[in-house]
Amino acid sequence: MTNVKVTPLTDLHRASGAKMVEFAGYLMPVSYGSILAEHRAVREQVGIFDVSHMGEFVIRGKGARRLVNDIITNDCSRLAEGALQYSVMCREDGTVVDDLLVYVVRDDQVLLVVNASNIEKDLEHVLTFDRNGADVENVSDECALLAVQGPRCRDVLTSCPLFDDVREQVERTAYYHGFSFTHGGSEILVSRTGYTGELGFEILVPSNLAVEFWEAITQAGRDYGLVPVGLGARDTLRFEASFCLFGHELNDDTSPLEVGLGWVVKLNKERFRGIETLRQEKKNGPKRALVGFELEGRNIARQGYTVLKDGVEIGKVTSGAFSPTMKKSLCMALIERSAKGTEGVYEIAIRGKTATARLTPLPFYRSRAK
Amino acid sequence: MSFENMRFSKEHEWVQFEEGSNLVTTGITDYASGELGDIVYIEFPEVGQELKSMEPMGTIEAVKTVADIYAPLSGVVREVNTVLNDDPGIVNQSPYGEGWFVKIEMSDRSELDGLMEKHEYDRMVGKG
Repeated sequence: MTNVKVTPLTDLHRASGAKMVEFAGYLMPVSYGSILAEHRAVREQVGIFDVSHMGEFVIRGKGARRLVNDIITNDCSRLAEGALQYSVMCREDGTVVDDLLVYVVRDDQVLLVVNASNIEKDLEHVLTFDRNGADVENVSDECALLAVQGPRCRDVLTSCPLFDDVREQVERTAYYHGFSFTHGGSEILVSRTGYTGELGFEILVPSNLAVEFWEAITQAGRDYGLVPVGLGARDTLRFEASFCLFGHELNDDTSPLEVGLGWVVKLNKERFRGIETLRQEKKNGPKRALVGFELEGRNIARQGYTVLKDGVEIGKVTSGAFSPTMKKSLCMALIERSAKGTEGVYEIAIRGKTATARLTPLPFYRSRAK
Repeated sequence: MSFENMRFSKEHEWVQFEEGSNLVTTGITDYASGELGDIVYIEFPEVGQELKSMEPMGTIEAVKTVADIYAPLSGVVREVNTVLNDDPGIVNQSPYGEGWFVKIEMSDRSELDGLMEKHEYDRMVGKG
């Protein structure tokens, strides 16, 4: 564990007895006790997550929005101030560099939230674009990101004294919109976004305020059953909601069209990197497809396990879990698109045996975040 | 609780025995269930199946990982704790009690001597 990074909340997690693991170069809590209990708390009540390992880039200047629009496959040209968008960014060959959140804070200031494991690669990629005077700053090490997710999250924030002056905005803010306010002389960014499939907020604060916000929200959450939630439940929650995770569904060799992200690829845009390849791929049809399977039995189909159709390999599992909400063994898999059909027998090879699997539509769990 | 009539394997299984009987109860240790985290499924051997000491007899699926279960002793499976099919989380709550796995009729009682006592096991996992 050389040079493992910590977040401003690492000591707090340790003190509360969390099981810590190294993830994407950061020492992060995987669970504070029980992954399943944390998962259930977010589905039924509310949970707080430290996701400070995520990367943040601030793009400033008159050309900020145009630069971002050249980078992303989605179209942020008409986003209002305070609106957010999910997107991917691609290479010329249409493969995904990363998936990201685009937050138009102001007309001349756009925030990009990227995956922890990709911060350096993404920054390098962003800097290959003609910036037209826009300024790119990697602020990943200077801020902390907290997520408050679950049906009671609004109650928690509106009863938290730190949000006294913005209570109405907490109540009013729509899905994929955000607002900012000042605390301790710093700007706090709040957005109605998340990675759980539940109503949720994400709160970006400067590192020196992370503990204050975590403790105040935790305190306010006592009446609402709020618990701290680690990366273990974050993964099972996003899996049920069938959100892509870089390193699983998305990789450096995946096209967004293969994994069902065509809705964030705006091929009628004037330009973005990879547009020609993706237009061609759209015309010919992608080679692979991301699908969902329900397994017979309770063994878990984990990442990398082989998917077979009538005994022939057709792809690999990208993520799998015993769904705590649906109480079924489910997995997502990237398979040859031509093998996606209702006929034939699907099986997944699980450590020397096979389990019969049935195609089931994605998402497994219908998001309640809206 | 008393661990006097219990022995432990290096694969983190426990065996509870009684004088004058070859039927033993087995399960996994508190340490192992803690390391695995929430258990969601246990694949047991069949009742009547013959086991050889230290060979895999089943698997444990936890949320984050999967692990083999090794037979701590040679013998024949006489009973499986089917309650765990519906609620495998019992193992995390009560690994030495209600979370037992299988009952085995030992074929060679002397194999007990090759297993560890509690204080030896604790030392192995760094808790002694």
